[in-house]
Amino acid sequence: MKYPFETGDWTFEQLDLAVSVIGEIAEEYGLDTYPNQLEVISAEQMIDAYTSIGLPIHYGHWSYGKEFIRTLQSYRRGEMGLAYEMVINSNPCISYLMEENTMVLQTLVIAHAAFGHNAFFKNNYLFRMWTDADGIIDYLVFARDYIRRCEERHGEKRVEFLLDACHALAPYGVDRYQKPKPLSAEDEERRAMERLEFERESYDEVWRTVPIAMTPSTRQPMDTPEENLLYFFEKKGMKLRPWEKEIIRIVRKLQQYFYPQAQTKVSNEGYASFWHYTLVNALYDRGHVSEKFMLEFMKHHSNVVFQPDYDDPRYSGLNPYKLGFSIYSDIRRICEQPTEEDAHWFPELVGKPWTEAVHEAMRDYRDDSFIAQFLSPKVIRDLKLFIAVDDDRDDSVEIGAIHDERGYRQVRESLSRLYERNNFVPDIQIIGANWDSDRVLTLRHTRYQRRPLDERQAQDTLQYVADLWGFPVVLESEEEGQVIEMLSAEPDRSLDRD
Amino acid sequence: MKKVIIDRRQNGAGKSVDNRRRFIQRYREAISRAMVDLVDKKSIKDMGEGGNVRIPRKLLEEPSFRNARGGLHENVLPGNKKFQTGDRLPRPPAGEGEGRGQASDDTGGEDDFVFELNREEFLHFLFDGLVLPDLVKKQQASIEEWKPKRAGWATSGVPSQMDIVRTLRQSLGRNIALTSRERRQLSELQRNLEAGQEAGDSAETIKGIEAEMQSLRDRINRVPFLDPVDLRYHNRVSVPVPSTRAVVFNIMDVSGSMGQQEKDMAKRFFALLYLFLQRRYERIEVVFIRHHAIAQEVDENEFFYGTSSGGTMVSSALQLTRGILNERYGSDWNVYVCQATDGDNFIQDNGTAVRLLRELLPAVQYYAYIEIGDKAVSDLWLPYAQVAGDHRQLQMRRVREVADIYPVFRELFTPEAA
Repeated sequence: MKYPFETGDWTFEQLDLAVSVIGEIAEEYGLDTYPNQLEVISAEQMIDAYTSIGLPIHYGHWSYGKEFIRTLQSYRRGEMGLAYEMVINSNPCISYLMEENTMVLQTLVIAHAAFGHNAFFKNNYLFRMWTDADGIIDYLVFARDYIRRCEERHGEKRVEFLLDACHALAPYGVDRYQKPKPLSAEDEERRAMERLEFERESYDEVWRTVPIAMTPSTRQPMDTPEENLLYFFEKKGMKLRPWEKEIIRIVRKLQQYFYPQAQTKVSNEGYASFWHYTLVNALYDRGHVSEKFMLEFMKHHSNVVFQPDYDDPRYSGLNPYKLGFSIYSDIRRICEQPTEEDAHWFPELVGKPWTEAVHEAMRDYRDDSFIAQFLSPKVIRDLKLFIAVDDDRDDSVEIGAIHDERGYRQVRESLSRLYERNNFVPDIQIIGANWDSDRVLTLRHTRYQRRPLDERQAQDTLQYVADLWGFPVVLESEEEGQVIEMLSAEPDRSLDRD
Repeated sequence: MKKVIIDRRQNGAGKSVDNRRRFIQRYREAISRAMVDLVDKKSIKDMGEGGNVRIPRKLLEEPSFRNARGGLHENVLPGNKKFQTGDRLPRPPAGEGEGRGQASDDTGGEDDFVFELNREEFLHFLFDGLVLPDLVKKQQASIEEWKPKRAGWATSGVPSQMDIVRTLRQSLGRNIALTSRERRQLSELQRNLEAGQEAGDSAETIKGIEAEMQSLRDRINRVPFLDPVDLRYHNRVSVPVPSTRAVVFNIMDVSGSMGQQEKDMAKRFFALLYLFLQRRYERIEVVFIRHHAIAQEVDENEFFYGTSSGGTMVSSALQLTRGILNERYGSDWNVYVCQATDGDNFIQDNGTAVRLLRELLPAVQYYAYIEIGDKAVSDLWLPYAQVAGDHRQLQMRRVREVADIYPVFRELFTPEAA
């Protein structure tokens, strides 16, 4: 019997057919995607794409050169294989196919990226809220050209310094909540008038006689602390020129574009893996591919979702592909073949159409809430998850909970917390600036789980903050309401220009 | 399902070339510093190839606010085998448990970032900022070389130089110009014809018009597609290239007192010099002389890889140098001499050597004397030092170990030293 899809080398006809056939099946399963643009590239091009953080067009910076050298060398030495796929959250959705891949691998990549990730980008609430798939490519072109022009006009050095500073603060360049829309001119005027009216009504002659305090100004707290440091400098940086603020804005915008990806690693990769698995199996069930094809596919699939144990030398954290894949697969299982346990844990899933349940889990959650909602006892048992509590006030590590009846809930909560932003980005906010006097800017670090900052790195980063701000800055580290450590930095005068 | 499949392989890689350049530019100082280390380790043979440079990883760090160890970490790990809730275990050493940083890069170690410079980049850093001292002093520009240079277009030339785009553009223009009247008439007749046909003119009139049209078409067709007057060729004229000519004498002591190690160091020095000259100047000749008691001129290969030894008479080499200089290189040559020796000499020979040296120096732009080894006072050092007092172009340096070679080389050829 001849199968439509062969193993071995791919051809353009085969790719075309694969996209069409998989597309039809995906539609039956209700995957809602952007149109697909598949680009066949060489390994070297893949490395290029890697090193500019996955963007097809990006501004120049030395750190991408460093990344390129590192990746190319370890690839040449054979220390690492390249990722099978790379996909860009744009409309049309661009997926890269490496020419070295066999037809089986290309099929996997198409199902995984061009349908799995694609649908995720289009439907997940974070992506919908924060990214503009229609405009990203145009914006990237603008950003690259703008920065190049700035380099020509103001010198590569100055631009490089600015980008270094912005990159150091990049995690603090995102809004986690949408800022309120600025008031319209009319609203603004109405509000001002209301204030005047209020002042008039509450005017009291007596207050005029009270002397104004002449104490030197101390810290003036801001109405609300600002956690988006780059936004603060873009809007309020007094020493920054307009072109510099525009560059800060570019870094900030791109950071915001990537923000949903960092928040949905498990859910996104899990969803894509679940679909490549489901779609390729559907190909087999419908007689499109041979058993030989499936054998090769299963080999690649199990590589993707391989999870070494904690004591394995290959262990480097939980594999998001594996974790996500397990959870989505289990959602399907619960819908189709619920056990008594499932009925107790997930009454709302039992008997629900599985495609609907899977799509919903993709749409409305990010990693922490996804895990908190859907990590089932069965997945915890399968992965044999356990909690290790490492408290520096204790001289040994304690096993907090394991994959047993008493532990499920705790494991689920702990794991969910690991994917909260707090866990990997220290909470640092601007809490005040002495606008009227010496303009010292105060940042506050609120320690999460008593974790200290790496002091050397913090000092270097704070230097960038001072250089951007142009006046001294202070970083207070706070634990349980007490400031227990303080760092400060002065702007480096040599960076002052005319 | 809308889809597009694009073959991007034709676009080529190399998007990262610019970023790589930025990286090298940013770390050029660190790379320059690493050159010393690199030059030492290279064999003479692949001195001119690229190589791996090491940059301390700390320099490459991109800082950010991040957590240090400490505080409370609640980790969730897979693959439990024997733990029960409440078990206590000794804390694993730093780095483990989280699974990071155990596998160190065995080529680089944890502290260094190692990367490969290609040949061009390597040579650039190797000789960055160095010049051959005083090269312009004589500037006897003897015009011997001619270089073809583009100079517009010509109407005659050899077929290989034909500019096809321009030729076709000419032909197109000529065709339009020569047939425009006919074309105009033709379209006019066409309109007449159509009007006539509609109005129901007689067959004869129509035939007449058609015949006229045919003759116009013939006339248009007779204008040749390509005419000899259309032909355009790239025009090249020869322009004289003034050249500053220079010759470098490499003199190496290969006597018995020069051990294998000393010879190796001398060779390294010459290898650097040779690369340097090859890179910096197009017109430069190199003479290789090696000597023990007798001096002989040898080719490059023999000089670097040959073996020979005997007693030492420096004067023999100086004698030979002078001979070759007078014989082959007139006064319009810039002359450089580089002598490498361990400083041992047959004591009775010193007088002759110094006399020859004094005779030689006025004709020489730069004379570098490299003494290998760490003798307090060698046979040659003092007499040479006396000469150096009178002649600024004689520079003397001592090289004690392999690691000194590159720094000494740089010292000799930085502009201030000259």
